[in-house]
Amino acid sequence: MKNTGLILAIVFQLTQLLLVVLAAPLLTGWVNQCKAWLQNRSGAGVLQPYRALNKLFHKDAVIADNASWLFRITPYIVFGCMWLAAAIIPIIAVDLPFSRAADVIALVGVFALARMFIALAAMDVGTSFGSMGARREMLVSFLAEPALLMVLFTASLISQSTQLTHIVETFAHHQFILYPSLAFANIAFVMVLLAENARIPVDNPSTHLELTMIHEAMILEYSARHLALIEWASSLKLFAYIGIGIALFLPQGIIEAGNWAGLPVAIALLFGKLVLLGAGLALLEAMTAKVRIFRVPEFLGTAFLLAVLGLLIHFLLGT
Amino acid sequence: MKTLHPDLHLSLIETAIPAWQGEISAGDLQLICHKVRAGGGRLVALWGRDLRAANTAKPKSDELPASEQAGFMLHVLLLNESGLLCLNLPLNADLPRYPDISRIFPAADRMQRAVYDLLGLRADPAQDQRNWLRHAAWPVDCFPLRKDFACNPRLPLSDIPLSNTLPQAGEKTIDHSSAESGSQTHDDYPFVQVEGQGVHEIAVGPVHAGIIEPGHFRFSVVGEKVLRLEERLGYTHKGIEKRFESMSLQQGAKLAGRVSGDSTVAYAWAYAMAAESIAKLTPPDTALWMRALFLERERIANHLGDLGYLGNDVAFSFGFAQFWILKEQLLRNNAALFDHRYLMDVIIPGGVSAGINEAGKQCLLAECVMLEREVHGLFSLYEEHAGVQDRFVGTGVVMPKLAAQLGLCGLAGRASSQGWDTRVQFACAPYGMLDVKMAMQQNGDVAARVAVRFDEIFESLRLQRDIMTNLLGGDELAYPLTQLPANGFGIGMVEGWRGEVMVALHTDATGKFERVHPHDPAWQNWPVLEHAIIGNIVPDFPLINKSFNLSYAGHDL
Repeated sequence: MKNTGLILAIVFQLTQLLLVVLAAPLLTGWVNQCKAWLQNRSGAGVLQPYRALNKLFHKDAVIADNASWLFRITPYIVFGCMWLAAAIIPIIAVDLPFSRAADVIALVGVFALARMFIALAAMDVGTSFGSMGARREMLVSFLAEPALLMVLFTASLISQSTQLTHIVETFAHHQFILYPSLAFANIAFVMVLLAENARIPVDNPSTHLELTMIHEAMILEYSARHLALIEWASSLKLFAYIGIGIALFLPQGIIEAGNWAGLPVAIALLFGKLVLLGAGLALLEAMTAKVRIFRVPEFLGTAFLLAVLGLLIHFLLGT
Repeated sequence: MKTLHPDLHLSLIETAIPAWQGEISAGDLQLICHKVRAGGGRLVALWGRDLRAANTAKPKSDELPASEQAGFMLHVLLLNESGLLCLNLPLNADLPRYPDISRIFPAADRMQRAVYDLLGLRADPAQDQRNWLRHAAWPVDCFPLRKDFACNPRLPLSDIPLSNTLPQAGEKTIDHSSAESGSQTHDDYPFVQVEGQGVHEIAVGPVHAGIIEPGHFRFSVVGEKVLRLEERLGYTHKGIEKRFESMSLQQGAKLAGRVSGDSTVAYAWAYAMAAESIAKLTPPDTALWMRALFLERERIANHLGDLGYLGNDVAFSFGFAQFWILKEQLLRNNAALFDHRYLMDVIIPGGVSAGINEAGKQCLLAECVMLEREVHGLFSLYEEHAGVQDRFVGTGVVMPKLAAQLGLCGLAGRASSQGWDTRVQFACAPYGMLDVKMAMQQNGDVAARVAVRFDEIFESLRLQRDIMTNLLGGDELAYPLTQLPANGFGIGMVEGWRGEVMVALHTDATGKFERVHPHDPAWQNWPVLEHAIIGNIVPDFPLINKSFNLSYAGHDL
């Protein structure tokens, strides 16, 4: 009986693995399509990221003469990290085999690992844009990371665990309680999400102006399959972040592993949430302009402050 | 104008705007420039001509005026409140040197370097003698605008050091021609170095991540703060001036309209004005009104596009899309009514090639109403958007004093209190009847340049309406003008959307072009951009650059 449970869990895990890697570009496409609609444009369609990936995978890679192994290996590491992250987060079912292996702190570590490699690879070729992008990315991330940890700690304190599975179980499968501390954490998390995923107002994912880029500046030297993997990884990262958001703030509908009957509903609910949140993200981006880079510390400082406020409120009010 | 110098004898150039010319000697150049500068005047353009072949045919005699014996002629075009003043300075054939005026007019620096690169006339003693338009494409002792320069030579590898950065792999398979072109891309240009702790350089371009014109920008920065910017232009040099010399008047009109695509109307009009000034011809009234209509439409289209791009540069894509929808509508109307989206070739020497009928007028009036309503809406959107204003206000400031010193002109100049607008001060027909209101701002930042653009759109829409009521259905669109008189000199100057566009024409003894010099306001404004960025942060450069939106093609020629 225990074995069948494990096998079921593994099947669920594999389902989620496949689902996230295939659906992540769709989310990016959806966000872009919503942005186009909000600007009175017809847009390229939700399938555009797949076409772009297909195109990139069919091209020949151009690599600088002085690029080291680090430059070549980074796209795979980044892709692997983001895939792993997206697989750890319980978005369809809790209690999956992978999620036991890593808690939220490890999750933040996985993101940090990918970032470290991409920043090193950006500097590897030695162009000024790469170093510039890496420098700015580090500025953004060292401010975003503590804010993200504080958000996750707030949830951890409520559920008495740093395991995402437990957190989701606490929120989704027990009686419905409104946590004021989570409201603060929620706002802080949205701000971190924008910063970490190179969205407006911190970065602009669609810009062609080298001097203003953060994330794009780091990957300027990549082409073909390497670029495809990085773009795909960016989609996975956005998916993972929205997944964390769903797990923390909208966990209703996430099922237990092995609940076959609930699976279609769970997937349908997940898609519904993604559609709503993707549209929300597009709306947020359409309404704002990019801030000066030196306003980013203020922006993320506010996120950190809100997350800490959430923590304090948790201590003040208890649960 | 007459009181500038006792030895300066001026003669009127018969053109649509007040203009005089006079011959001076090398010793008087700086003196007169100083006086014009002190009186608030500016330098418009600087160009030279090769007269060696033309003048050696003539008998040598002391009776002849200096201009008939000179090897070269330098033309310095100045502008003050009373009009244009063209100083003609004859230069020696063997040692063509003239006094440096870049200390009086800083904008002259690059023009002088370009004149040396193209014609071999050296300003002496100029502070900066680096090449400007000449990259490694032709040898240092070769001057393309001289008459003895063959138009399609195989240039020898001369002073260019063979690059040792040629690809090592597969080197043997490279044939001679590609090895040559490989080495010619090597171009030693000594940028000014900034020394100090933590200072590093960011090199941008000439190939950019977006599809834009090529230019190289060398930033010296500490962290994100820009200490110094140095531009390197000339990547789009394609020998337009030389090409003009082998063209007929009609072919030249087409080429003039393609010097800088976004200002095609302004260039075509300036060219036509210069040609008509030589031929002493005034185009029909209808043609003049049509020209003004085209020019204002070009201004509106470019301002709409720029305002969109300025929104895009602060990642406010909503504004970008809306402005570009409006611009597209205007371009489509252009295509429907005048057969060209950007109005190329609608202005010809002698008149215009496209008229407008009653239905067309109704279409444009409806468009005016639509644009006025929509642009008002977008104006308040930009004005009230905190994020957008935060990026615009105080960014890329050019104080009025600095602007006056450097000779900032056109739209960017008016955003820094430099009140020059050819349509207002030297209103040629039909602007004399339109009473143009000049848009002015004094803050000199990106927000000011945005405000000037908005004001000019509204003013241009008003002008377009006025033009439509004045434009009576005259059938005659152009008087025939196919051949220019011999030994003529004409100047045309038009307030394009970026600033004043000038075209100077010289004809030889047979009435063919001896020299054609188009001048873009970007020459004056590119150097000011280097000052506007100082103290700003690197990511603000694209925004500041776009707020000037200067021409590469019009500058590099």
